[in-house]
Amino acid sequence: MDIKIPFNEELRPDTGLYNAKLGVWLFLASEVMLFGALFSAYVLLRVAAPIWDNSILNIPMATINTVVLITSSVTMIMSWVSLKMKNLEKYKLYMGLTILCSVVFLIIKYFEYSSKFEHGYYPSTNTFLAIYFTMTGLHMLHVLGGIVVNFYLWIPGVKMWETEPERFTNRIEIAGLYWHFVDLVWIFLFPALYLL
Amino acid sequence: MDVFQSVGKLSEYLGLPVNSSEHGYIIDYMIGWVHWLMLVLFIGWGAFYIYCIIRFASRNNKKASYHGVTSNYSTYAEAGVILFEAFLLIAFAVPLWSMFKTDLPDEHNAVRVRVIAQQFQWNIHYPGKDGIWGPLDPEYIDGENPIGLIREEDGPGADDIVVINDLHLPVNKETIIYLTSMDVIHSFALPEMRVKQDAIPGQEIPVFFTPKMTSEEFLKKIEGTSREGMGYEIACAQLCGNSHYKMRGFMTIESESEYNNWLEEQADEIEIW
Amino acid sequence: MSDHSSHHEESFLRKYIFSIDHKIIGIQYGITSLFFLLFGFSLMLVMRWQLAYPDTPVPLVGGLIKWLAELNGFASNGNLPPDLYNVFGAMHGTIMIFLGVVPIVVGAFGNYLVPLQIGAPDMAFPKLNMASYWTYFVGGVVMVVSFFIPGGAANSGWTSYPPLSEITTATHGQTFWLIGMIFLITSSLLGSMNIIVTIVQLRVEGLTWMRLPFFIWTQLITSFLLVLAFPPLEAAGILQLMDRVAGTSFFLPSGLVVGGEVLANSGGGSPLLWQHLFWFLAHPEVYVLILPGMGVIGEIIANNTRKPLWGYKSLVYGITFLGFMSFIVWAHHMFLTGMGQAMSVFFQTTTMIISIPSVIVLTCFLISLWGGSIRFNTPMLFALSWLPMFGIGGLTGLPLGLAPPDIHLHDTYYVISHFHYIVAPGTIFAIFAGIYYWFPKVTGKMLNERLGKTHFWFSLIFMNGIFFPMLIQGLAGVSRRLADGGITYAHAQGVIHYNSFMSASAWWLAVAQIPFIVNIIWTLIKKKDNPVDPNPWKATTIEWTDTTSPPLGHGNFEKEPVVYRGPYEYSVPNEKEDYIPQTKK
Ligand code: HEA
Ligand code: HEA
Ligand code: CUA
Ligand SMILES: [Cu+2]
Repeated sequence: MDIKIPFNEELRPDTGLYNAKLGVWLFLASEVMLFGALFSAYVLLRVAAPIWDNSILNIPMATINTVVLITSSVTMIMSWVSLKMKNLEKYKLYMGLTILCSVVFLIIKYFEYSSKFEHGYYPSTNTFLAIYFTMTGLHMLHVLGGIVVNFYLWIPGVKMWETEPERFTNRIEIAGLYWHFVDLVWIFLFPALYLL
Repeated sequence: MDVFQSVGKLSEYLGLPVNSSEHGYIIDYMIGWVHWLMLVLFIGWGAFYIYCIIRFASRNNKKASYHGVTSNYSTYAEAGVILFEAFLLIAFAVPLWSMFKTDLPDEHNAVRVRVIAQQFQWNIHYPGKDGIWGPLDPEYIDGENPIGLIREEDGPGADDIVVINDLHLPVNKETIIYLTSMDVIHSFALPEMRVKQDAIPGQEIPVFFTPKMTSEEFLKKIEGTSREGMGYEIACAQLCGNSHYKMRGFMTIESESEYNNWLEEQADEIEIW
Repeated sequence: MSDHSSHHEESFLRKYIFSIDHKIIGIQYGITSLFFLLFGFSLMLVMRWQLAYPDTPVPLVGGLIKWLAELNGFASNGNLPPDLYNVFGAMHGTIMIFLGVVPIVVGAFGNYLVPLQIGAPDMAFPKLNMASYWTYFVGGVVMVVSFFIPGGAANSGWTSYPPLSEITTATHGQTFWLIGMIFLITSSLLGSMNIIVTIVQLRVEGLTWMRLPFFIWTQLITSFLLVLAFPPLEAAGILQLMDRVAGTSFFLPSGLVVGGEVLANSGGGSPLLWQHLFWFLAHPEVYVLILPGMGVIGEIIANNTRKPLWGYKSLVYGITFLGFMSFIVWAHHMFLTGMGQAMSVFFQTTTMIISIPSVIVLTCFLISLWGGSIRFNTPMLFALSWLPMFGIGGLTGLPLGLAPPDIHLHDTYYVISHFHYIVAPGTIFAIFAGIYYWFPKVTGKMLNERLGKTHFWFSLIFMNGIFFPMLIQGLAGVSRRLADGGITYAHAQGVIHYNSFMSASAWWLAVAQIPFIVNIIWTLIKKKDNPVDPNPWKATTIEWTDTTSPPLGHGNFEKEPVVYRGPYEYSVPNEKEDYIPQTKK
């Protein structure tokens, strides 16, 4: 196959974008609608609920997780900046850290979940737990997706750096945008579910 | 009012069911008004369309004109449609909706009935002489007591009347039906009363109207038509399961004295469960 | 793709099955969705028997129905039992919309034509494109498989309103439906993002926004609707799936009593929440069903009147506005759920406002006829008849959009007629028009005109035979979704006899599709038209003028085209030819 799609790496002059960047923005727009719908459902159910007992959630753990995720967003930016500065070694370091943080996030989440289950709290227990498990569960799937992508870009995908460094850097930028979004969702979830 | 009527009369040619409620004719006339708009648009545009197809067939017009129509008439036509739609909204749709659906009449003077929809029947619950509905508890549900009414002696439930698929109402009295459902969403439809309302579990929605024609008068009116002999019915208009199509109830509109007699008869049959 | 530039022959699998060529994917989408259209139609053919002759064994396929009913655990003597009627009804709606029309207008027409009309070598993300098709395919398989499990496929209408869709716990069909929908939604998201990026990024030099063919504009707006409206349904689907498999109560209020037993669930949910989320998608969705159709019709009308589309700019602004508005009208499907005054005023007003751009589009198309030199070939016949048919469908939307008349008309056959006039003699005709029009582009062969016209005239007559009497039934108050067509209801007595006429029309409509199918097969096996005319309709847009000659091989353009003019330069004064290709200097 030798079809070359234009503007995969270079910017299109009149839009100032390369293809994947527009693509990821559209994807994020659809994600905003997805989580937007869930947040609307959350508001509606909460307004109607006679009791809303979120005291069983573990705020310290979630706070640590928030810090962990924000850190991972920073390291994600650093990995992109490193590539911009043509420093592959640093890229690998920062990307590794990002993945590490994401895994830590999942581990903490695992402990949170299992302690809920141990106490007999399930999604079916009440509406609060239902929305809690659904939203954090969906968010966790997004984290998992991010880990898969980032891992690919960390080890197997890195060979593209040899042939098309420009395009590879773009890929990191895109993965970064996605990752920041996942982070942002958590920043909304944390107060909505744990604090308020 | 005259204009309203004469324009709205189109609805009489649309095959709507006989109207038997006080407010129904307003809905009909509004249906008539909208259909005028639709007809005028369809015929106007249709005439233009047919003319074009004939006049500008390649056989009749060898060379097309690059510019085509240059006048602004279409803009005027579109503005006309906008104005008419705005008029329908402001003059009819908005005030009528509150009149039919949200301006609840005075509950003290109205006949009050509770209708609890269930797969696949209409449970009709009259508060009885004391005017208070007895409490419900699903624990008490059984074959005799589909809604779980608590009938304690001296309790508010003692004199309540519960019937299935058999709604009786007096003529010319404002009626409020408190509509809800036990299981899934149903829709309570009285085509001749121009009444329709979804019955939603967990919600109680008031439906109100004033019947203007007794069943007897109505049956007379439809003599000679294909539904001869078939009186008022309650239809379920929302898919509610495999027997949705059979979820049909009956409604009798009668004079106030007949209605009271009927209530008496029902009350006599009550046993304390 | 660019990162592997070896030139060896591709394997059959790569070339035709897991192809990343937008043309092959477009054809895959086209064939699959035509089969689904036929499938959805067949369900309806059986249902129409039950409506016309309730509880009598279905002729020809009675044995099959009996077998399926018993497989699902329903009793049948060859008739269509009510349980199965509900299954067929829900799946007819679902299949027609999500597996038939959307994939054909966006997946097939969009995929095939968008890159060609904008001069691009392929879609922006070819691999995502392939993923989109295969996700669609999996979603389709899930839906089809669900017919054969105990309890049958989903049976709560295409709208899947809870609690009904959740308490029918005996059947897993609804769970399959939800999972299938999640695949279909994902597929549409991938496809539509791809189309937007392709249109924005890959237009060739000179193809400015106002020089885009109208079809491209409709694809762009459609894709935006899909990207933004589908995710809320996905969210709703996830919540309903949780309700069904994890025992949550997002859509179940407290204290439900089903069959005399209190439902053991935590309660606290809201059935109306589902309706809001569903219609937030499903209203934009209906414009997804019609906009690409409008695009097809626009192209064909310009080409066959031999003059530019009248009011190109109003068309473009009109549909853009329509796209925006379509997000704020959803609750006009919910007037009778106990809506207060403020909400009803808002949604009635937005609904009236959204009808205006449709009036503008139709008016522009109509005025485009004026001064033309109209050729009545098969695509044009379908396009011309689309105008009044969409007109009837759209006009009957007006009484529904005003809440007081909707009290009488809601959930009656009037609604069924309203939207079928738009999607059946509307969208389906647009699809037919498009197939006849672009067939020579895809295969290098012209479909037979005589068979085409036969197909057209009979389809037109029988479509009206099915859907016009529904208006009468609806005005008389006959409810939809009744497994016996409403035969027992008093108010239906005067109009129930139309049922057998409508059903006969539906079966004849099926017969009327035979010339179409024969035409396609016969044209495909006959030898190539000789010599192949690469531009048989004398059209101006890029796909006809600059591409490699049909049937298109790999790669779209020998050299990148450059555009110098608008899309519809037909009958320009003082020109010898009556059309000037966009790419001509
Ligand atoms: C492609 C699909 C499509 C389109 C385009 C539309 C367009 C419109 N729809 Fe429809 N609608 C559906 C598909 C569609 N709808 C479906 C599927 C349902 C039912 C869902 C279900 O419950 O299962 C539905 C239901 C539905 C309802 C709910 C009814 C109910 O359940 O009670 C309402 C209410 O407002 C409505 C309104 C409208 C309006 C005002 C338009 C307007 O946009 C229409 C504007 C168009 C015009 C006004 C036409 C202009 C005509 C002319 C200018 C004349 C032309 C004449 C000649 C050429 C001769 N629709
Ligand atoms: C895009 C959407 C779409 C389309 C095109 C159709 C097309 C048709 N529909 Fe349907 N319909 C719905 C969407 C659609 N419908 C929905 C959403 C509902 C509501 C469901 C619910 O209540 O939940 C509904 C409900 C519905 C009902 C009401 C059922 C009820 O309430 O109980 C009826 C009744 O007659 C009906 C009939 C028909 C008929 C006769 C056609 C015909 O016009 C069909 C025409 C089809 C063709 C002409 C096929 C063309 C294809 C080919 C010829 C294939 C060629 C193949 C190859 C070459 C491989 N439909
Ligand atoms: Cu109850 Cu339909
Ligand atoms: Cu709508």
